[in-house]
Amino acid sequence: MFVEAGHYALTLALGLSLVQFLMPLWAATVRDEALAAIAVPAALGAFACVTLAFAALTHAYATSDFSLVNVVENSHSLKPFIYKLTGVWGNHEGSMLLWVLILTLFGAMVALSRRAVPSRLRHLTLAVQGAVAFAFLAFVEFTSNPFLRLNPAPFEGQDLNPILQDLGLAIHPPLLYIGYVGFSISFAFALAALIEGRIDAVWARAVRPWTLTAWVFLTLGIAMGSYWAYYELGWGGWWFWDPVENASLMPWLAGTALLHSTIVMEKRDALKVWTILLAILTFSLSLLGTFLVRSGVLTSVHSFATDPTRGAFILAILVVFIGGGFALFAWRAPLLRQGGLFAPISREGALVANNLLLVTACATVFIGTLYPLALEALTGAKISVGEPFFNATFLPIAMPLLALIPIGQTIAWKRGDLLGTVQRLWAAYAAGLAGALIVFALVRGGPVLALLGIGLGVYLLAGSAVDIFHRAGGGRVAPGVMLRRAAGLPRSAWGTAIAHAGVGITVLGIAAQAWSTETLAVVNRGDLVNAGAYTLRLDAIFPRTAHNYREDVARFTVLRDGRIIGTLEGSKRIYVTRGMPTTEAGIMTLGPSQLYVSLGEPQPSGGMGVRIYWKPYVIFVWLGSVIMALGGLLSLTDRRLRVAAPVAARGRLVPAE
Amino acid sequence: MTRKQRRLTLIAAALAVLGVALGLVLFAMRDNIVFFYSPTDLEAKAVTPGTRLRLGGLVAEGSVEKGEGQNVTFAVTDTNRSITVRYTGLLPDLFREGQGVVTEGVLESAGLFRADSVLAKHDENYMPREVADSLKAQGLWQHGGKTDAQDGGATAASE
Repeated sequence: MFVEAGHYALTLALGLSLVQFLMPLWAATVRDEALAAIAVPAALGAFACVTLAFAALTHAYATSDFSLVNVVENSHSLKPFIYKLTGVWGNHEGSMLLWVLILTLFGAMVALSRRAVPSRLRHLTLAVQGAVAFAFLAFVEFTSNPFLRLNPAPFEGQDLNPILQDLGLAIHPPLLYIGYVGFSISFAFALAALIEGRIDAVWARAVRPWTLTAWVFLTLGIAMGSYWAYYELGWGGWWFWDPVENASLMPWLAGTALLHSTIVMEKRDALKVWTILLAILTFSLSLLGTFLVRSGVLTSVHSFATDPTRGAFILAILVVFIGGGFALFAWRAPLLRQGGLFAPISREGALVANNLLLVTACATVFIGTLYPLALEALTGAKISVGEPFFNATFLPIAMPLLALIPIGQTIAWKRGDLLGTVQRLWAAYAAGLAGALIVFALVRGGPVLALLGIGLGVYLLAGSAVDIFHRAGGGRVAPGVMLRRAAGLPRSAWGTAIAHAGVGITVLGIAAQAWSTETLAVVNRGDLVNAGAYTLRLDAIFPRTAHNYREDVARFTVLRDGRIIGTLEGSKRIYVTRGMPTTEAGIMTLGPSQLYVSLGEPQPSGGMGVRIYWKPYVIFVWLGSVIMALGGLLSLTDRRLRVAAPVAARGRLVPAE
Repeated sequence: MTRKQRRLTLIAAALAVLGVALGLVLFAMRDNIVFFYSPTDLEAKAVTPGTRLRLGGLVAEGSVEKGEGQNVTFAVTDTNRSITVRYTGLLPDLFREGQGVVTEGVLESAGLFRADSVLAKHDENYMPREVADSLKAQGLWQHGGKTDAQDGGATAASE
């Protein structure tokens, strides 16, 4: 019953999104704003319907309703309850339903942001949003229907892929999808501006909170995904330049550029056409990411079912929206009024440089990700583009970008004074240099690139501190006054400083990995292995069972200078239903660093093969990203933006009107 | 500066950055790209020893020999030709005889490959796409379950 209701609601949402898409456009041609306003209840209705459909699927998972194909293929009655719930989006159909749920949620939020967005712009934005929602609802409905029944229903399900049975999965896809889908709002605003033929600071102010929200969630989603891959896959790495990771990095890079160019537009009424282009580009890359992951064209950690109709359908969506977006841009952008002027040495100039470098970095990732696909399609040759390629292309572009951050942060708008700015940052340069030298002295050498990274990281942290210090009038007023002024600075200023400091922390974490160690050993009970300043002793190897898997556990005692610090367990699991083995890494967090143990196979001689990593300051990699996101959130609560925030963002949507 | 000059400065800067990026990409393309071969390709194309490449196929039945200190020797086959692979390190969870595998490393001599990483997919029925394609190309592909790569997750091991 619930299932049919869910399916019905989904179909209803498809119809409502079509109304949301077409009515404002029709209204625009006959100039009838009242007619366009139908988009508002349509958007709210579509969200309510998709929520109902999602609830129905969740109910089926929670009650292990094995009359549903989707539940049979991805669930099991013995699976822990929490994974029954997260399993809803641990498969293709369910994850697309989550995608659409978030899409319609954003649509409903735009519909309700009555105070912030002029009504004409809002209705046109809803129309574009409705078109995207319609396309994806049709995709779910016709190629990925999660509500297909199975008759006769089996007694038991096939269980969820064990590596997806993890709390990381509960958090990673929703965060990532909120990021991807959030950029659809920037895209919809951009197309609406093109249709309307008008773009100004009001537009920029209306769109910035959405871009910022999407960016915050995408940042968290990528960081979460990276940490999940790190501890769940047991390879000890946190970024593999895997096509699917790149698929989420590309919209992040473009979205970061968009975030910064919107600021220029809001403050200085410049870079208008470029901002529109970036908004289209960012969502295009989000769509590309969805296509790469969902169509199965890639061999990757994340490749789900391969189904040609799905691939073709998403490709069609991709072509229509990217092609349509750029065509509209080519046609209407020349009609937009030119933006303001600025000198190259200025905050605007620095932000242009930021945009240029970010987009170029994005382009190198794009080439590295898609070139193998293109080459295979054209010549049949199969190649793999991996870490060395990205190290040789992405890093040389990322480094000057990082070096620019503190300068862009402190230089004045309109006409800046480069020499003065550099002088003001002397403390940051000194701190960076000192940081690199201290590390050099402590570890007695190390790769140049890593030392450069340490220097850059410290410089970024110090640069943010200098920025706040100067904004608060440091050096010119008494310390007490300065502190009061610092506390009174706009939250967006603090947000910027914190986000940029977060970048610094991530850079430090990445650079520190140059000093990580990896030991491959065969151990017997009582054997000692050194990792960093610690020693691991194998105490026991024993079997253990849980309700849906059994495992062989190796327990280590961790010692430092002969003192026992704690124990660490790594295991090899077999998930009973699928008979699938997984490796569960044993991880011990010691301050910001980690010991990481991955088990191999028992050796013919009786020992156990293990791989033991010492990962100094590895936590910084993710901590920095979380701090970046926090900076974004803080900026989002700035009063200037809060006015623009959606009126009823808190949810509990009642069908209005 | 006039509007025109400013625009020219901007365009020049953009071109400079893009030019540098293009140079980096082309440079990296030359050195950092690894080609995929099946054992038959490897022989047919007479790849010079010392080349870094990816070799994929099935792990030949009865070929896995585990030595001391995590040394492993196995044969990768496409049922037509097979190549001996030496590897030191942890093998992925789903590494088994008869299963698909992709290894990356250096060809030491004809017929001997020194792998520094071994990849296998994290699913019982999975076969790496390159392997499936090369088996298909030789008409050895059997339908029935094997394409059914239900869901994801590769596991890999590297030195």
